[in-house]
Amino acid sequence: MSTTASGRTAADLRADDTAAAAPTGNGRVAATAGWVDERTGLAKGTAYLMKKIFPDHWSFMLGEIAMYSMIICLLTGVFLSFWFVPSAGLIPYAGSYLPLQGVVMSEAYSSTLAISFDVRGGLLIRQIHHWAALMFCVAITVHMLRVFLTGAFRKPRELNWVIGTILSMLAIVEGFAGYSLPDDLLSGTGIRAAEGFIRSIPLIGSYTSYLLFGGAFPGEAIIPRLYSLHVLLLPAVLIGLFTAHIVLVFLHKHTQFPGPGRTNENVVGYPFMPVYTAKAGGFFFMVFGVLTLISALVTINPIWAYGPYDPSPVTAGAQPDWYMGFADGALRLLPGFLEFELFGFTWSMNVFLGAVALIPVIYTVAGAYPFIEAWVTGDKREHHLLDRPRNAPVRTGLGMAAFSFYVVLMLAAGNDIMAIKLSLSINDITVLFRLLVFVVPVLVFWVTKRICLSLQRHDREKVLHGRESGTIIRTADGKFFERHEDLDEFDRFKLVAFEAPAPIALEALTDANGVDAKAIKKAKRRARLSSFYFKDRVEPVSPAELAAAHHHGEHESISGGSTHAAIKHDKHND
Amino acid sequence: MSDQVSPSSGSASGAGTVSLDTAHQHGTGGLPAVFENPGLPPHVHRAADDDPVAAKRAERQVAALFVLSILGTVGFIVSYFTIDYTKSVFIPFIGLTNLLNVMLGVTLGISLLGIGFGVVHWAKTIMSDEEIAEDRHELRSTDADRQSVGVVLAASGESAQLARRPMIKATAGAALGLFALPLTVQLAGSMGNPTKALDELKATIWDVPAGGEPIRLVRDPELTPIKASDVTIGSVFHVMPATLMELREHNLEQGHAEYHGVLEAKAKAAVVLMRLNPSEFKDDALGRKAREWGFEGIVAYSKICTHVGCPVGLYEQQTHHLLCPCHQSTFDVTRDCEVIFGPAKRALPQLKITVDDEGYLVAPQGFAEPVGPSYWERLK
Repeated sequence: MSTTASGRTAADLRADDTAAAAPTGNGRVAATAGWVDERTGLAKGTAYLMKKIFPDHWSFMLGEIAMYSMIICLLTGVFLSFWFVPSAGLIPYAGSYLPLQGVVMSEAYSSTLAISFDVRGGLLIRQIHHWAALMFCVAITVHMLRVFLTGAFRKPRELNWVIGTILSMLAIVEGFAGYSLPDDLLSGTGIRAAEGFIRSIPLIGSYTSYLLFGGAFPGEAIIPRLYSLHVLLLPAVLIGLFTAHIVLVFLHKHTQFPGPGRTNENVVGYPFMPVYTAKAGGFFFMVFGVLTLISALVTINPIWAYGPYDPSPVTAGAQPDWYMGFADGALRLLPGFLEFELFGFTWSMNVFLGAVALIPVIYTVAGAYPFIEAWVTGDKREHHLLDRPRNAPVRTGLGMAAFSFYVVLMLAAGNDIMAIKLSLSINDITVLFRLLVFVVPVLVFWVTKRICLSLQRHDREKVLHGRESGTIIRTADGKFFERHEDLDEFDRFKLVAFEAPAPIALEALTDANGVDAKAIKKAKRRARLSSFYFKDRVEPVSPAELAAAHHHGEHESISGGSTHAAIKHDKHND
Repeated sequence: MSDQVSPSSGSASGAGTVSLDTAHQHGTGGLPAVFENPGLPPHVHRAADDDPVAAKRAERQVAALFVLSILGTVGFIVSYFTIDYTKSVFIPFIGLTNLLNVMLGVTLGISLLGIGFGVVHWAKTIMSDEEIAEDRHELRSTDADRQSVGVVLAASGESAQLARRPMIKATAGAALGLFALPLTVQLAGSMGNPTKALDELKATIWDVPAGGEPIRLVRDPELTPIKASDVTIGSVFHVMPATLMELREHNLEQGHAEYHGVLEAKAKAAVVLMRLNPSEFKDDALGRKAREWGFEGIVAYSKICTHVGCPVGLYEQQTHHLLCPCHQSTFDVTRDCEVIFGPAKRALPQLKITVDDEGYLVAPQGFAEPVGPSYWERLK
């Protein structure tokens, strides 16, 4: 594929930057800019960056939503920190919320009530902060899915994928820390459970709990410590990694979907100034505006209704924030028999696996995926053109299977709510989920792969036989057929611009010294995986096939035009 | 398993990996193997590009959105200073809600969305929508650049005499490896005292010192003692030990804050108490033990779940099951609170109870095992 962009290149755009169009230096703005440039030399880079090209696609805005939600969290978080008192010290409440007056509660809870009732607009800021945090986690998750399903994690972007997975994991931790700060009954019960999680760590659990809580649970240390993590350490790490994430996007230049004029060697879209800045900047205000409207109209986390934390009472239907749902669901599904006693010690695997091990394991597997796929394909090229999800059926199947595993666990965290709303037995629901968590991902993989292959065959048919025009033609001898319209070369190219690699063949691995058993095992494993990925595939229509179809077409159109788009199926070659 | 490759068209056959650079290798006359990239499609002008009326209309729309934003901003300021924060308002589908919060949020939302939609509409209707292609370049540095990094590093090592001075190398490595230790020791050493963990995790304020008086059971949160005769069959009580009040009095005597250590004590001492018809206990070893440790069908169990420590607050009176609302572990009271469903493994620890001379329920001894979630050294 070659660059055939017709004269509209960024180099053209930059061609007249140097002399003629430069500001003459008369205006005050130019004078200020000149003053700054003399001290920083920033103009050189700025001129180049302002014309940097960004491609357009709706799915590229998912990451933007995550970025803007994070900025909104930072902004509203600073506001909240002016009124919030991160102290577990107990005081009698004396604010304006009558039902709780005189109740002994922590200063953290009391100040959160003050933000909600006594600070004008404080409730709005608190609710924007909470909704933006939820949106942050949603957007990260969907952005991650987009990147995975389009293969945007391939070389040279593997490191950025790893940074992204770390960001995603830290967002969960940051969310949990923030959720715990108001010290209301619900979030306090969350910390109570978290202490149970920590205790389940083999060997060091009890000591770790005492270190983190500064003694016995709950103690007065955990609220200020979580506050430090939530407002200082984690935001610093998040912002650092986020900056690296964005810098790498700039360095790599954004990926684009294949299409006419778009190649692996160019990036087609709009320049940073003014179009992209306007669109992205405007989109920030849209995200902020929508979050504000939600916060104005939909109450989130009404802590005044729960009361202050006390280890004895509890509310039924206790649910964590959604991003913690999958871990909570795993905890509900893991059966009690996973706890056992061995060598005189208690191994609480029913808790440890779901509450402590699950999150790092999931994110490690996710972070490792680009390297696994690269090893299987043996592909060392840079990939700047995205795959349409259907054109990588096995990867898409794997991604959706992993996501369905996540969703089943998340839904399992609502087993009590489902039991109440649907009048079903909670035991039956839980047992069903224990089954579904294994069955659903396998089913989803198979169904997704078949759907991808069908869509690919549909694409082939569209290329070979054109679009149904809706025009019925009657022939002289009374037969009817529908006229098909050929795609134009631009639309056609979108459907044929992909690769469908065949499985890797097993090489002969004998040399002068005989057979290297280890190397053979490795090669066999790789060939097996390659076969798993690529044995079923639909290849793009080639010009020869299209020419043949056109030739047949004249005869076939009358009989309805059968399709020959078959799935290629290689037998296991291992 | 055979080492053969099944023949498949469209791929390189024989030994060697498939070259991914060439997806198709059909040789077909003069036709190329894959479709040529046709280049960018012709640029289609928008209405506002050619028609001055449409352009003017777009300009007015953008300006209107910005004006809307200004109105939202003004509305926010007015709302902030005029609306009584106690006023409520009914909104269909949402219900009764705080008027000030709604007005501030809606006006701020309008202010932000006006800008957002205005700028995007401006970009989409008036700014150039001609797509531009920018070339990419391979990310890797040139071989010369890579080599010069190696050369500079080698020269640096040479200049520092790294290879010739093994003593410096070893000690510098050791010093750098160790310098974080003081900081780690300071942090870990001062976070909390873990040496008390094992003793404290076992102890509760139900523990009666040798020769000490039995501890009365009191209602939570009223802290009033419970007469056995007040506990009717089928009823359930949330219970704390009377020592909780002593703890607060002791705090005040000692000049501590009244509630010092109270939550920590409650977190382990919470108890749930039920009365069953004695015949309802299962007639097996567990059921008999539960009855014996109770008083005329009144039994007391730790309320702290053995899974991760949530209060087991839901009692099903008909089935005599205790249910934890966090992860739905279910305990059977008629069989000594054995787990019958859910993620918990161990039964809730039972508190042995009896009555004193005045007929109040008392606990003559603490729990026989640590309460709450499992931990590594629980059996020690």
